[in-house]
Amino acid sequence: MSATSTADTPTFVAKTKGGRITDFVDQRVGGSGMLREFGRKVFPDHWSFMFGEVALYSFVILLLSGTFLTFFFDPSMAETHYQGSYLPLKNVEMSVAYNSSLNISFDVRGGLFMRQVHHWSALLFVASVSVHMLRVFFTGAFRKPREMNWVVGSVLLILAMAAGFTGYSLPDDLLSGNGLRIIDGVIKSIPVIGTYISFFLFGGEFPGTAIIGRLYMLHILLVPALILLMIVIHLFMVVVHKHTQYPGPGRNDGNVVGYPLGPVYAAKAGGFFFIVFGVVALMAGFFTINPIWNYGPYDPSPVSAGTQPDWYIGFVDGALRLMPGTFGDWHVEQVWFGHVFTFNVLLPALVPAGILFTVMFTYPWIERWITKDDREHHVLDRPRNAPTRTAIGMAGFVWYCVMWAAAGSDLIATHFHVALNDVTYWLRALFFIGPVLAFIITKRVALALQRKDREIALHGRETGRIVRLPHGEFIEVHAPLNEYKRYKLVGFESPSPLPAEPNSHGVVDRKEKRRAMLSKWFFEDRVAPATPAELAAAHGHHGEHESIEPAAEQKSLSH
Amino acid sequence: MGNHSDGSPNHSGTVATAGQNEVEKFQDPGIPPHRLRLADTDPRAAKRAERQVAILFGASVVGTLIFLVAYFAIDLGADSSIATIRLQNTLLGIGTAFAMLGIGTGIVHWAKALMPDHEVSEERHAIRTEEDRLAAVRIVDDIVEETGIKRRPLIRNTLLGAVALAPLPALAVFGDLGPRPDNKLAHTMWAPVDGKTKRLTRDPDGTPIKASDVTIGSAFHVIPEGLNELHEGKLNEKAKSVVLLMRLNPESLKPSPGREDWSYNGIVAYSKICTHVGCPVALYEQQTHHLLCPCHQSTFDLTQECKVIFGPASRPLPQLPIAVDDEGYLYATSDFKEPVGPSYWERDEHERNINS
Repeated sequence: MSATSTADTPTFVAKTKGGRITDFVDQRVGGSGMLREFGRKVFPDHWSFMFGEVALYSFVILLLSGTFLTFFFDPSMAETHYQGSYLPLKNVEMSVAYNSSLNISFDVRGGLFMRQVHHWSALLFVASVSVHMLRVFFTGAFRKPREMNWVVGSVLLILAMAAGFTGYSLPDDLLSGNGLRIIDGVIKSIPVIGTYISFFLFGGEFPGTAIIGRLYMLHILLVPALILLMIVIHLFMVVVHKHTQYPGPGRNDGNVVGYPLGPVYAAKAGGFFFIVFGVVALMAGFFTINPIWNYGPYDPSPVSAGTQPDWYIGFVDGALRLMPGTFGDWHVEQVWFGHVFTFNVLLPALVPAGILFTVMFTYPWIERWITKDDREHHVLDRPRNAPTRTAIGMAGFVWYCVMWAAAGSDLIATHFHVALNDVTYWLRALFFIGPVLAFIITKRVALALQRKDREIALHGRETGRIVRLPHGEFIEVHAPLNEYKRYKLVGFESPSPLPAEPNSHGVVDRKEKRRAMLSKWFFEDRVAPATPAELAAAHGHHGEHESIEPAAEQKSLSH
Repeated sequence: MGNHSDGSPNHSGTVATAGQNEVEKFQDPGIPPHRLRLADTDPRAAKRAERQVAILFGASVVGTLIFLVAYFAIDLGADSSIATIRLQNTLLGIGTAFAMLGIGTGIVHWAKALMPDHEVSEERHAIRTEEDRLAAVRIVDDIVEETGIKRRPLIRNTLLGAVALAPLPALAVFGDLGPRPDNKLAHTMWAPVDGKTKRLTRDPDGTPIKASDVTIGSAFHVIPEGLNELHEGKLNEKAKSVVLLMRLNPESLKPSPGREDWSYNGIVAYSKICTHVGCPVALYEQQTHHLLCPCHQSTFDLTQECKVIFGPASRPLPQLPIAVDDEGYLYATSDFKEPVGPSYWERDEHERNINS
């Protein structure tokens, strides 16, 4: 076969040794096609695109540091007596898991550093995934064709939290043990099957001797494998869709403007991995995280005041704290038909998280249904240019933050010297009022920013130069924008509400009426982008008086 | 004070209504002209940037050396102190940070200052072409046709049935992850064994408590006699049976009917496991006679038989009936009269069984 094919095609001979190796590989896997496709692939650049990179890189750091930790960690819950070099716990009875965590901290060289790197990057991983999702939401990057990738990202957020929680419990210290106890209490509140799930999970009664080993398996095998799989799917879809870009001159839904992968983008993104690693190393070197030796081994009797879960579990814990167990003499826990319905645990544990995640997963379809927008979007929205979406996002964010703050209600009370009960009452009120306020305020701020953009586009930027006219009037001179800067402020869509449309039978059904109502709610308050005609009109005014509305100007100067 | 309008809607006339947005728009002026950097025009600036990148890479080498020195020079022997470990941890952090940040900032600086920074535009291609779609539909149709699954419903239906049932063994396998709960949650170690009652002993050393040791205002963390001698399931038993023992002025206790003989001379014992989700209710406010759970701040009033007065718990803490034996030691006259700890589906049934 080679005889004929080589005879037909001119044979390529690489000049350098590196070239020959590359050619060897290329002839066997066909890498040049891939390199041709990706080598100069264009990536748009923006600081907010780095959150996703931080997430990816902290996951890589987690894999590296986690592998080191598995070499020394023993997930057994058998009893032992500590004989390591940390004197305060000498001869204390504890589980082998806690014992090996202490050994990693005090007797394995660099072990404490690795534990700290692992825990800090875990916190950073969930944080960067969350912030990345906020960025995607507020810029409308989840719109067609990226809805499925948004769902993959949401799954990644849940997996990240699962990875975090399973890992948090492994050292079997007092703090994480109380965390497990809370999980056990929540599971037991599940109707019908709760008690069974608890017994199956813990291999009997709480705490049992099985849970650490089982969480360990989930933590080092199942969850990371799923995360890895989801990351692969996530990145594959990014390649298929190509990256979104922020609006600006020269950018539209038909192109990608940015830097080629090689060399600039690859260098920046690759260099950024080392920067993330470096920052995590700094935190691990200087800031103690999860000092398990201070907590002691797990024991169901003691607990330290000011107990806190890791930050990403905080919102569920806060919801648990906010829910009142009794209203006067009426108990939220009810016995119906001889069975216990523990609503005071069940509702806060499941409902807020359930609402948040349901809305999160379905939001792309909700908005698509309301707007009937079936076009592909590759240019992002500036958050102000989608006021209602931004307001919805902020309402959800504030709701989350109220619950999250509630997880630290006791610390808020002690640090600010206020009554714990008052903190709880206020947060209970904010749980309901906060999202509403956030929605209204955000929407107003977004509309105001749009109007400001309009003013700048039409009348230029303020120069700070005050001029006195011959007749005594003071004005501030405005400098006009160049066409590139102006386009950034005017190049957006401002859809108006879409009225109900009859379906194929010529009937406007109830669902369509509801959609039209939502569309009105979504797009009613809007600021249209400035138009060339308006700019011309504004310039006309400038020519004669440097002001668009002399009457108004007079009025404002008079008081 | 600018000379523009204040931007209120009726003022700026910006709020368009439906149907009025079909107006002329600004044309896209295209990608802004490329601006040259200092290093593009001035060879000395380029040389300077080159040196800066090299220095940053050099800093990384220094960081690696710091790590290696800290790793090998500081020995964690058996008698190493916390200070040694902290020093080593900090140095390892500094070393790694320098090693990584040196490379990272060096590469990024190189990319930003010296590599070409021309923004380029690339066409997006349709994610799917109509031609591909038609071809794919044909292929799927052919595949379905070749399997003959539409013509042979017997095969299809039996396959569906088999696939639907196949996961059942997995469920069965998971059924053995733990024993059945039965009524294990209904009992604790306090239950007398063969008529022998259990003394209240101190947590953690297990020494018995004399009624005379418990002064007014004091609180004891209590475990049942014999807990420390258990060889298996010690933590499981402890997780259910830990108790708080306190002494109040007997007048401030107002025992409900049936509980008159559950306390001794103002000494009362309550389960320490919160009825919310099971944290230990570890904080006793001596002045107000309140018990507070540090996890979710459920607050129980000791003078009202640990009724919930604040927080997410819904049920009072279960009370342990106690008395004093001939030697003056406190003992539990029986087990708790209700299951302790967080609620669960079968709890009410268990409580009825205990009291019948």
